[in-house]
Amino acid sequence: MAGISSYGAYIPPHRLSLDALSGRAPLDGGPEKAVAWNDEDSVTMAVAAGVDCLAGFDRKLVDAVYFASTSYPFREKQGAALIARALDLGRELQATDYSNSLRAGTTALRAAADAIDAGSATCVLVIASDCRMGAPGSSLERNSGDGAAAFLVSKDSAIATMEASRAVTDEIIDVWRSEGDDFVHSWEDRFVVQEGYAPRMTEAVDGLLADGDDSVSDYDKVALYGPDHRSRAGVARTLGLAEGQLTDAFFGRLGNAGVAFAPLQLVAALENGRPGERILVANYGDGADALALKVNDGIEQLPARRAVGWHLERRQPVTSYDQYLKARDLGTSEWEAQAGPGLSATVHFRERDSNLSFCGQRCRACGAVQFPVQRVCESCFARDDFDGTRLSDRSGKLVTWTFDYFFPTPAPPTVVGIVDIGGARVHMQLVNCAPDDVRLGMPLEFEFRCMHRAGGRPNYYWKATPAAEPATSEGR
Amino acid sequence: MGKDALRDKVSVVGVGCCHFGENWDQSPSDMIVDAAYEAYADAGIDEPQKRIEAVFTGSLYTTQGPHECADALKLFERPVSMVSNYCATGTDAFRFGVMSIASGLYDTVLVVGYDKPKDRGVSGPSVMMDGVRDLPRTPAGWFSLCAATYFDRYGAGREDLARIAVKNHHNGTLAPKSWLKREITVDDVLGARMISWPFGLYDCAAQTDGAAAVVLSRSDLARGFRDDPVLVKAVTISSGPNPQKDPGNDFLSWKPNGWAAADAYEQAGISDPRSEIGVAQVHDCFSLTELLAYEDLGFCDKGSAKEHIADGKFELDGDLPVNTDGGLKAFGHPTGATGVRMIYENTLQLQGRAEKRQVKNPRLALSHNLGGHPTACGIAILGRD
Repeated sequence: MAGISSYGAYIPPHRLSLDALSGRAPLDGGPEKAVAWNDEDSVTMAVAAGVDCLAGFDRKLVDAVYFASTSYPFREKQGAALIARALDLGRELQATDYSNSLRAGTTALRAAADAIDAGSATCVLVIASDCRMGAPGSSLERNSGDGAAAFLVSKDSAIATMEASRAVTDEIIDVWRSEGDDFVHSWEDRFVVQEGYAPRMTEAVDGLLADGDDSVSDYDKVALYGPDHRSRAGVARTLGLAEGQLTDAFFGRLGNAGVAFAPLQLVAALENGRPGERILVANYGDGADALALKVNDGIEQLPARRAVGWHLERRQPVTSYDQYLKARDLGTSEWEAQAGPGLSATVHFRERDSNLSFCGQRCRACGAVQFPVQRVCESCFARDDFDGTRLSDRSGKLVTWTFDYFFPTPAPPTVVGIVDIGGARVHMQLVNCAPDDVRLGMPLEFEFRCMHRAGGRPNYYWKATPAAEPATSEGR
Repeated sequence: MGKDALRDKVSVVGVGCCHFGENWDQSPSDMIVDAAYEAYADAGIDEPQKRIEAVFTGSLYTTQGPHECADALKLFERPVSMVSNYCATGTDAFRFGVMSIASGLYDTVLVVGYDKPKDRGVSGPSVMMDGVRDLPRTPAGWFSLCAATYFDRYGAGREDLARIAVKNHHNGTLAPKSWLKREITVDDVLGARMISWPFGLYDCAAQTDGAAAVVLSRSDLARGFRDDPVLVKAVTISSGPNPQKDPGNDFLSWKPNGWAAADAYEQAGISDPRSEIGVAQVHDCFSLTELLAYEDLGFCDKGSAKEHIADGKFELDGDLPVNTDGGLKAFGHPTGATGVRMIYENTLQLQGRAEKRQVKNPRLALSHNLGGHPTACGIAILGRD
């Protein structure tokens, strides 16, 4: 039976204080939400969650990629294909985007299990990622947060078996976004909860329990999507959940991460999961999905992931609401931001291994690693005698640095450096690193980021970030 | 051919330079005419259409290529070529002129370097977004990459760089055609807004419009133009790997500097540059670029620049005055013109015509350009005899 063999997550480090949103001075330890910065979006977060999920796995085993999001930057042009390229998964795979509903993440997870049970795939990477935009001043802006969750779904179900699923589908105008809208709209929230969210969630869960002749008390953990803390607690009451059964939804720390919200709660449940535990996940959007999982012994062997816990601890407070508006391009400017035709599509095509997959080459004659791809070896001058080698999951070391005060960014300066990656030297921007913390020789790792949006398209590449201590499995 | 094949074969017989600055009311052609006709007059040429056999031009921002110069000066029915080598463009155009005469093909040629960056609507280089790698792509960001490493290794700091800017601003006040004529203090430099650490505004050269021109002739014909022609002792260009991806780069010096210097000194027969060279114009696009040039060109030992800066070695009355006209910092930096402007200044210095900024009795004068990431270094050495 299909199940989960690995998981990962990404939560952007920037945290916007809800007090700052209300124009008050932020309190230490006060409620906040995770916000994607100007160089992040649903794609970059998805890639980061994918990297976390794939750590220790042979990427060539992945034969399908399902990407779920309501906030993918393109209306046409596949996200899963872009993410597969950034993760260097090769071309021999099936790719699908799941979109247009907050339920897309659990729908993709269920579809992955179905594909495996049907034999049309053996190892599916499912990533749910969302970066939803609430209009400035709206309650959605307050409640929403950004993040991504990733799962490897395969037949061996090493860490959790997907035992059952149930879906109900309903048509309702509750939250929506039309062509051309920047922000999510919502009908009156009391209607949305009373006729949409609450009844459909209980309907799906009750249906799943009836199918399995189960009762909700048979589950150790119940993860529920919720538009806000109060509505979610209401559904938990209706379902009759006991103390400790309902998982933490991280309101006041992460925020409602849209498509990724329920999947992130599932990641957190697995992060602390013990063999034999049963987990119930319910998700809402134009109906509801319910999934039942059982944790397996293999969870003890999975190397620690950064997952939700590590990312929640990694915080970079945003010092002003104005900075947030700049980061999300919600300010006004005399000029259209970074106008012009943008990248040449042909150059992008030729350089996609370097720019998207962050692959360099190793000289077969002398062994030197170099970047980007070039015809004549920098070290021994051998011609056209190279093997490709991926740099994105190697570690690097800072050779030298400067602070650039002119590159457009919400909070200058931009930290820029030369990074040594296995002997290759690469000029890169550093993120998650205050100027005072920059040190020659500091160890670095790499994150997929949006460099700019020239031409009205996101243009992606990689940035360096201080190498983190390996995640520990203390939570388990 | 030996390394000394060029030495003394070619002479500078006339130099000209327009006023560098934000020349809002001048086109590239206007500045080219100012510089070239001053050089003609300096060489005693009153019929340039008859005397100039070939033209070598250099410009980075041109929209018309070599025709811009040919049309401005009405020099047709002869070769007019354009050279492009980033900030080393001026020295490279000069080099092609020298080689064309040394080859025996021409007797007299004109070299013109010019640029008009102030028509672009930006102060300094623009932030380019036509790729995704290597961003931000600005010269300040590139040239600052030796700072963290150099400071860490040799204990120098922003104050040492500031003294270079103070010196060049002072020298600029003494040059009639320089753009900036304002003395500054070390505190001014340290307090200015940051551009790219450790460079504040005053650590950066002034990007200006400008043009400079040189008339070259066979040395055996040079005295037919004027009594005090200046000999070309050496001219070279060295390319280097992009230091940002060069696996062996230590970010303590710029490789092309040392390579070009070794070649130029061999061409000129110089064994001890620090005692033989009497005056130098070095590329000070940023204060640190000048500091590294002191060491890379052998004006002092590696790591010792800050001591020599402190004791005034490179000031107008020091042992080896550098950037006597204010350099790129104060005279201005119209990219293609800069290398040729340096030839103009060194020629005046060797001929004793540098007025208030004249250094004492120089016999050899060096000029130095560093361009690209940096990826090219040009050096020219002129001599009085």
